[in-house]
Amino acid sequence: MYYNALGEKVSRARYREMLNAAKNRRELIAAGLYGRRELAKMGLLTAGGMLLPKIGLSARARTPFAVTSQAASPMTRSFVEPLFVMPQAQALPPFRPLNPAPTVAPNTAAGESRTRPHQALTQFPPQKFYYVTQHAIQATQSPDLPVQTLWAFDDTHNACSPGPTYVNHYGVPILVRNNNRLPPPNQNGGFGMPSVTTHLHNGHTPSESDGFACDYFEIGHWYDQHYPNVLAGILSTHPGTGDINEALSTLWYHDHRVMFTAQNTYKGLVGYYLLFNQFDSGDEDSGFRLPSHPQFDIPLVFADKVYDPTTGQLFFDLFSLDGILGDKFLVNGKIQPFFKVHPRRYRFRLLNTGPSRFYEFFLTDLNNLSATNPYWVIANDGNLLPAPVQVTSARIGVAERIDVIIDFRPFAGKSIYLENRLNQINGQGPVISNPNGTGATECNCPEILPAGGGNLLMRFDVDTDFVRDESADPRTQTFYQLPQVVAPQVVRTFKFDRLNGQWSINGQFMDCNDIRFHVNQNSAENWILTNATGDWTHPIHIHLEEHQILSRNRVPPPLPIEGSRKDVSQLHPNERVQLFFRFRDWLGRYPLHCHNVVHEDHAMMLRWEVVPGGTGDKVEVP
Amino acid sequence: MNETSRRNLLSFSGLAPLAGGLLAARSGAAATAAAPTLSARERIRERYFPDVVLRTQNNEKVRFYEDLIKDKIVTLNFFYAQCDGVCPGITANLAKVQRALGNRVGRDIFMCSFTLKPAEDTPKALRDYANLYHAKPGWTFLTGRPDDLELLRRRLGFTDPVPAVDKDKSQHIGNVKIGNEPLMLWTACPGMAHADWILKAISWMDRSPAALEKACCDGKS
Repeated sequence: MYYNALGEKVSRARYREMLNAAKNRRELIAAGLYGRRELAKMGLLTAGGMLLPKIGLSARARTPFAVTSQAASPMTRSFVEPLFVMPQAQALPPFRPLNPAPTVAPNTAAGESRTRPHQALTQFPPQKFYYVTQHAIQATQSPDLPVQTLWAFDDTHNACSPGPTYVNHYGVPILVRNNNRLPPPNQNGGFGMPSVTTHLHNGHTPSESDGFACDYFEIGHWYDQHYPNVLAGILSTHPGTGDINEALSTLWYHDHRVMFTAQNTYKGLVGYYLLFNQFDSGDEDSGFRLPSHPQFDIPLVFADKVYDPTTGQLFFDLFSLDGILGDKFLVNGKIQPFFKVHPRRYRFRLLNTGPSRFYEFFLTDLNNLSATNPYWVIANDGNLLPAPVQVTSARIGVAERIDVIIDFRPFAGKSIYLENRLNQINGQGPVISNPNGTGATECNCPEILPAGGGNLLMRFDVDTDFVRDESADPRTQTFYQLPQVVAPQVVRTFKFDRLNGQWSINGQFMDCNDIRFHVNQNSAENWILTNATGDWTHPIHIHLEEHQILSRNRVPPPLPIEGSRKDVSQLHPNERVQLFFRFRDWLGRYPLHCHNVVHEDHAMMLRWEVVPGGTGDKVEVP
Repeated sequence: MNETSRRNLLSFSGLAPLAGGLLAARSGAAATAAAPTLSARERIRERYFPDVVLRTQNNEKVRFYEDLIKDKIVTLNFFYAQCDGVCPGITANLAKVQRALGNRVGRDIFMCSFTLKPAEDTPKALRDYANLYHAKPGWTFLTGRPDDLELLRRRLGFTDPVPAVDKDKSQHIGNVKIGNEPLMLWTACPGMAHADWILKAISWMDRSPAALEKACCDGKS
């Protein structure tokens, strides 16, 4: 039996790591140079306060042979770069219309790769048009690393990765002409497929504009994507208006190219898409009075990456099947940035772009490690909760989002860190610990590292200039109610498994030509996700409509922030999760998949379709 | 890198002796200046493609990188002749793939199947296995020194993170790696996927204008 400092049982290997880490740390401290706090500030401490591993980048790095083929990233200093805030995406001015003009039918002759007509273009005519190009850019992610070649989105004003942030409003439909001008693969720097399809994640989007995994288009081609920006139910349960309780706030866009999503998103093809309405207005003097956008409403894109120790260039493990973990933590495309804030409330939107890591976010004061620093979660997967929930930490898997309110007033004149304290050492998911070892073997409790011993992601430098803050006190706020849950017409079960290293759903693998089932339009269903494995956690994402988690292992989800609408649900080891769905407004093909993008690319995905009512599968409700 | 940051880095790596060499391994950025500049393709080769000598079903000596994958579109998978789990299905699938690709296999597309049990899978055993599935030229079955095949297996990611599962050959990884070596395009497809889907994934490796004309999109119905 081996125990960590908290008295929790740990494996022998982990115990050895802890001893080594402690020895390493003692060497440094004995040299009279560094205490734990200073090391943490320099980003040199990690898991359990151990020094950054000399190996250990992807799920494969621990195997003895792989060690020789991989190594840790070069040293980079922490908190030397200011936070990059992505510029707002610019629509074309009215005097510069798209040429050729968008058409309902695919304009194949002019190079468009769309295969199906727009379902809703005439019903919800776009009022804004964007001309976006995907191409390579040169970017700096740390002053200690060479310039990187990334793949970016360019709205004709800014080419950046993460891409420009779309800022849109309900009731204002838009159209994005998406152009592929990526370089050919022999210029891909070692990974990346220059064949793309851009998914608007959590968009209530007609299938042909969804960025379905198989709707990829090649260099020189383009694709018109129509985003109606309407509330779910507008053509069915809530005619003409849609259900306000289905309002979406924080969406994102990313490449979804079948079998290459991990490479292409790792290379930079991600960005934010924000939706406002009269309640979530972006103005702290109106509606829900959330901190004003853009000054006090900041989108944050988290990504963990590895850099080649010799060349300093971004490194992607081409042959991983399990998942890829980075040893460098990027926020908005910079390694461990700092951000100057005023002592007031801010809204941050936190998005985990993976590829495979789970995060548990804490606020850490390195000068007072024993303090707990609560914050408010106001939205889960970009959907405002019925009311804010105060937490000391919140966990998200790949593609999940939380919107949080942090009040910096208690930290005026100080620095405070956003820290990931979840222990994860490979693609399987967070390390599961059994607290106290008292027979709690079925507990899916992940191992939380001590304060200051996790991954410091970014530093907030709080000044002493008190500024106006008209945003509402989260204690007093309420937002939308949860949409009504009704009895399902159909119950479907999905088993997520690993068959000889092949990621499967119900024993089958992704195939663009396989339509696995047909859902009736305007119906309600329950989908039961089951994890057939005892050691893998999967973040499961379903397109088109959001779901509510009815139960985890047959009891209501224990976390208050899961009393919400979701588009990704974590499926923990040996777990059974029951979801409620409606399928409204649009027809066509959509995927269901694991959003650990390495699992997704290796076939843990399936294609399903919404078909006119009465023509779908008749599945008995058990 | 500007002068200021270089100075900071050098001063930082100056801690190394005090820390018992601990930080030396991490001062990679400072070391970059002296390192030879390898192309991305060369770095991939160095990381993943040891040029081990293997033996084919025809008892010919071949090198993994130079002879089997360099400048080629390839499929790579692991199996063993006596495997009665996933191997027969996967090998039958690959046989369908070879038939569908016709004379392209052996011309610009090459298929390689590596044994997990080199001690029992002699060239003769591999030849019998290949014949059983009507494998044609361009599809090579390979054996060799156990250490070399183990190195290859690990480098190419045919491993399971759970040691007990990794040791159990009946649970071996059933994926087929698919790549275009010169273009640095690599992916993997379940060997038990439909043969048509494996073919589709192979088709993406061909970036010639004629192939791209047909590649635009998928899943039409």
